[in-house]
Amino acid sequence: MSSDTILQVSSLRVSRGGTPVLDIPEFSVAKGEFLSIIGPNGTGKSTLLLSLAGLVKRQGGTLLFKGKVVDNGTELLAFRRRLAMVFQEPLLFDSTVYDNVAAGLKIRGIKRDWVRPVIEENLALFGIAHLASRSACKISGGEAQRTSLARAFATDPELIFLDEPFASLDPPTKEAIIEDLGRVMRARHTTAIMATHDRMDALRLSRRIAVMDGGRIVQIGTPSEVMHHPVNETVAVFVGMETMLAGEVRGSSCGVLEVGINHQSIYATGAFSTGDQVICFIRPESVMVFPSGYAADSSARNVFPGTVKKIQPIGLLFRVQIDCSFVLSAHVTQQAMEDLHIEVGMEVVAAFKATAVHVIKNTHLSSP
Amino acid sequence: MDLILEGIKKAIWLLITLDPEVLGITWLSLKVSGLATFISLFIGISTGTLVALTRFPGRRIVVSLINTGMGVPPVVVGLFVSIFLWRNGPFGMLELLYTPTAIIIAQAVIATPIVAGISLASIQKLPEALRLQILALGATRIQMIWMLIKEARLPLLAAVMAGFGGVISEVGASIMVGGNIKGYTRVLTTATVMETGRGNFDVAIALGVILLFFTFCINAILTSIQQRERPR
Repeated sequence: MSSDTILQVSSLRVSRGGTPVLDIPEFSVAKGEFLSIIGPNGTGKSTLLLSLAGLVKRQGGTLLFKGKVVDNGTELLAFRRRLAMVFQEPLLFDSTVYDNVAAGLKIRGIKRDWVRPVIEENLALFGIAHLASRSACKISGGEAQRTSLARAFATDPELIFLDEPFASLDPPTKEAIIEDLGRVMRARHTTAIMATHDRMDALRLSRRIAVMDGGRIVQIGTPSEVMHHPVNETVAVFVGMETMLAGEVRGSSCGVLEVGINHQSIYATGAFSTGDQVICFIRPESVMVFPSGYAADSSARNVFPGTVKKIQPIGLLFRVQIDCSFVLSAHVTQQAMEDLHIEVGMEVVAAFKATAVHVIKNTHLSSP
Repeated sequence: MDLILEGIKKAIWLLITLDPEVLGITWLSLKVSGLATFISLFIGISTGTLVALTRFPGRRIVVSLINTGMGVPPVVVGLFVSIFLWRNGPFGMLELLYTPTAIIIAQAVIATPIVAGISLASIQKLPEALRLQILALGATRIQMIWMLIKEARLPLLAAVMAGFGGVISEVGASIMVGGNIKGYTRVLTTATVMETGRGNFDVAIALGVILLFFTFCINAILTSIQQRERPR
């Protein structure tokens, strides 16, 4: 265990009704780190947070906090008093906002006189000082989540667990709260572990991202590593790799691979041998779309003529699917859609760089 | 109609003149039912909370038993308490039969399942994540239970009202285990039954009006506390 590791688990196993729901061989978090756990619903993100916080029974494994084993009894209570947790629902008590923020300190038996300045500071940090005397039942969802965050930070935790804290907020409120949370985290150097199904939230706040699937951590790394180099299809789908193409390496030269897909060749970077069965992942933001006959960017190694098969609005962008004997997915702005007059059935050219293609071994097919 | 008006007039007269017998009966009723409710709150809230927060084999049967207990007829409770306190019964040596204590025991037995059932439902209704949130705030298990009970205080007030309302108005158990002894175990309900049997309808109505008046006052106080706060 490195000296800056604050929390570490090994061989962590959790079961529900005899069915294993969590199996984590090794996992650690460094002091001051913001780590996000992402993954589809039902993959065990919340269970992992709860088990790390000692709030669900473990069937096996060791939990170390600052190098010391956390077991049941007084050690567990002492550990819990050094952490805080914020859930998707604010879970406020039926009292005033002030009393809610003071709850953790009251539980610890801290004197009322000492509590006041701490509460006032935390109310101000999350912009809810004016709500102090209001009933927690009579505030908005965003104000309630701010109260929940202020309550968590009021105890000055060394470690904070955030379980989908922004999932039930409207976008402007969410943006404002993420901004405030990021500011407080930076100021206090609090270690945080956040479970979220929104990869954009994870990208905004995290130093590292762990991807979970089926109760296991399948990949952990920097946001760039996870977003651009997923280790398998599940991670790739979750991080938004919309184009996944299975093929065979036809040859390689100077680190550039030629991967054969449906009688076409895609150029990618990677270390594979000729004949290897691989899967190529391409992010939709990496694919450029030009009208047919337009001279594509010369730096793009992969240029394919094709036909627009489908157009789907996705917020401010459009997902354009192009049939070039295989289907490529591209994200195009509204402006580009209008300028290029892109419509279904139109002949276009799709281009992307070799470095934009992430290649992994195809484990579903045995290598020749 | 005249009979009812006469009864109301009589009730007012009995109260204004501070009739010692009526005051004694009223005070005993309030004392006995108040104590029985207090005991039932202690046992009922503890039981309801325990059942709500724990999972064990046969839990559903326990919940069904509590729910059944909420509707047990007072005469049945009176019968069993009488058997237990009877001279030759398991607790006969305590010589409690035909004492106010016997009425308190019987009424507590009637009210406890009512309080336990409402407590169980109200604690169970709180989000499960709230328990985890309280523990994550650093609470001990005892602190967590206390905070959950505080969170469920409004429905628990309903348990108090239902429990008190159930026992102050029951007559079967009180008459069986108390015996309606003048100046000793006579309460408002047993006195009302007795006066009706004697044909003294005006006195019976007067006692009924007094019973209604006090029940209303106590429930009005509890309701005002309950309604002061907006339910979650």
